[in-house]
Amino acid sequence: MGRTLAEKVWDDHVVRRAEGEPDLLFIDLHLLHEVTSPQAFDGLRQNGRAVRRLDLTIATEDHNTPTLDIDKPIADPVSRVQLETLRKNCADFGVRLHPLGDVEQGVVHVVGPQLGLTQPGTTVVCGDSHTSTHGAFGALAFGIGTSQVEHVLATQTLPLAPFRTMAVTVEGELPEDVTAKDLILAVIARIGTGGGQGYVIEYRGSAIEKLSMEARMTICNMSIEAGARAGMIAPDRTTFDYLEGRPHAPQGADRDAAVEYWRTLRTDDDAVFDHEVVIDAAGLAPFVTWGTNPGQGAPLSASVPDPASYQDASEKHAAEKALEYMGLTAGQPLREIGVDTVFVGSCTNGRIEDLRAAAEILRGRSVAEGLRMLVVPGSVRVSLQAVAEGLDKIFTEAGAEWRHAGCSMCLGMNPDQLAPGERAASTSNRNFEGRQGKGGRTHLVSPQVAAATAVLGHLASPADLSDAPALVEV
Amino acid sequence: MDAFTTHTGRVVPLRRGNVDTDQIIPAHWLKKVTRDGFEDGLFEAWRKDPEFVLNRPERRGASVLVAGPDFGTGSSREHAVWALQNYGFRAVISPRFADIFRGNSLKNGLLTVMLPQETVERLWALTEADPTLEVTVDLVAREVRVPGPEGTSLTAEFELDENARWRLLEGLDDISLTLKNEPHIAAYEASRPAFKPSTTLA
Ligand code: SF4
Repeated sequence: MGRTLAEKVWDDHVVRRAEGEPDLLFIDLHLLHEVTSPQAFDGLRQNGRAVRRLDLTIATEDHNTPTLDIDKPIADPVSRVQLETLRKNCADFGVRLHPLGDVEQGVVHVVGPQLGLTQPGTTVVCGDSHTSTHGAFGALAFGIGTSQVEHVLATQTLPLAPFRTMAVTVEGELPEDVTAKDLILAVIARIGTGGGQGYVIEYRGSAIEKLSMEARMTICNMSIEAGARAGMIAPDRTTFDYLEGRPHAPQGADRDAAVEYWRTLRTDDDAVFDHEVVIDAAGLAPFVTWGTNPGQGAPLSASVPDPASYQDASEKHAAEKALEYMGLTAGQPLREIGVDTVFVGSCTNGRIEDLRAAAEILRGRSVAEGLRMLVVPGSVRVSLQAVAEGLDKIFTEAGAEWRHAGCSMCLGMNPDQLAPGERAASTSNRNFEGRQGKGGRTHLVSPQVAAATAVLGHLASPADLSDAPALVEV
Repeated sequence: MDAFTTHTGRVVPLRRGNVDTDQIIPAHWLKKVTRDGFEDGLFEAWRKDPEFVLNRPERRGASVLVAGPDFGTGSSREHAVWALQNYGFRAVISPRFADIFRGNSLKNGLLTVMLPQETVERLWALTEADPTLEVTVDLVAREVRVPGPEGTSLTAEFELDENARWRLLEGLDDISLTLKNEPHIAAYEASRPAFKPSTTLA
């Protein structure tokens, strides 16, 4: 019987297989950041262990880094200690680090691909659940906990239990204004936040094949929001072209050998998935969340759902709680929800294409009175590219704030946070209670919807801009 | 890692599903660089409410958390496991756990037990009727037990894969176990293709 893409990559990394034991898998690339690594380095020290493969390990600073005044000492002493700890650990153990102020610094999941380190058919891990992002290249990439970080540092392997496979097939053409973000939000709403549990999801079909690498990363990034272990997309010409010329991509004879191998990384025609979901691209629309988990979303044209309409008791309860937290009432049209803050950034939508899309909409327009808009590039490279294209000017002229690269308001570990009760349209990936600041309310959206929302002051899509309706208050 | 064989303790009924890791331990706690001292961050936002179940005097000292489905969704932060352990929990029971959280918990000796929703509901009802009730989580017999007369007792079997169970029972450190496979790792490394990425620039 044929094998799926995920099974092929898995099989190619088995170091040891024994009956009744998890497979021991080799890890090709280990990404580190300051939040989930200190206790792992401590463990190495306590046991007198070294980092086994410095050549497969790289670190960056992202979660705690400020997006303003980066040349000044970090104000929050606890954040500062965490960054200093990473610097010390990397220096002590000899790990390559891109600290704040370095040209390669940025959100770990933006940095790996842009350096060309994330490649088809590799295994990629990081102490961060959004490691699933790297699956866009046909890599098997997943988030790990700190104990596993220590394990990979010490052994470059991980004992792993087998996974199940799911295919999410998206056929047809995405309508105008419908992005990868809308697509993945719709998938999560359909299968639920636990629907992918235990699965590696492969996204396939003609609509997926047409997507750019950036868009594919957005989709794989949010696989974890459906509970999946990982998301993957088979590598193709788009993938190979993206890698061409990147600092760590193979060159010359190595490239030829690599591409030959990469071409084998497709699910065999006779392979069987454990579960299949089919989605019609043409039926999709701009999608936003109304609740406090990424599965609580609906098309922008819909209204806030009535909890009473849920059959399942725990879903009904969850919806009631979510509406209470979000300060929304059932039946309220989503388009009429006014927002205070718009955040464009994160490893979901902080790449150059995302900034271009948002800038395109803001060009010649301005951010609504009283609304705060933060634009935070995913990495310094993205930032430099955006500046070279003049995008920063478009943002600042429209009244948005152009910031330094990092995770920023995606999780509010740095000073970029929502105030209690403040409402945001955010291109990030999680709308959990308090995620973007204590008491803050988050609506997950695409960069296009974020920009249109910033202009109009309420949740909106670019199509709403032409008829410029009056500002609606909630 | 501490071994886990069997544990008996009182229960905290957490009648919520989809308890994500941001609720278990908010992000600002993640700035610590140690594995201890996370107990005050556990469910921090909810604990502001004096009526929250963890704040009730009768739940003080309880060591088994019984929660709704999809416990531990969201981020990979192992701090969620440490926070539960620092607070004093030895086991968490839920109908379904997020994968990463479950992996993290088993690596730290926090036993995560999957039981059907009906059993979870029954445990909630029993402990709410009698907060002094003690439940035994027995990894040797793979059973959760509440002793007592008909109507207030319960015995439920649970599954855990043999390998994970053995590691927990013995309190084995994964890294030492893996390092026993050194020849396999070295052999694999020797056979890796030259085109594979390296973080060092040639
Ligand atoms: S941008 Fe957000 S989701 Fe991505 S790594 Fe940073 S905090 Fe995590």
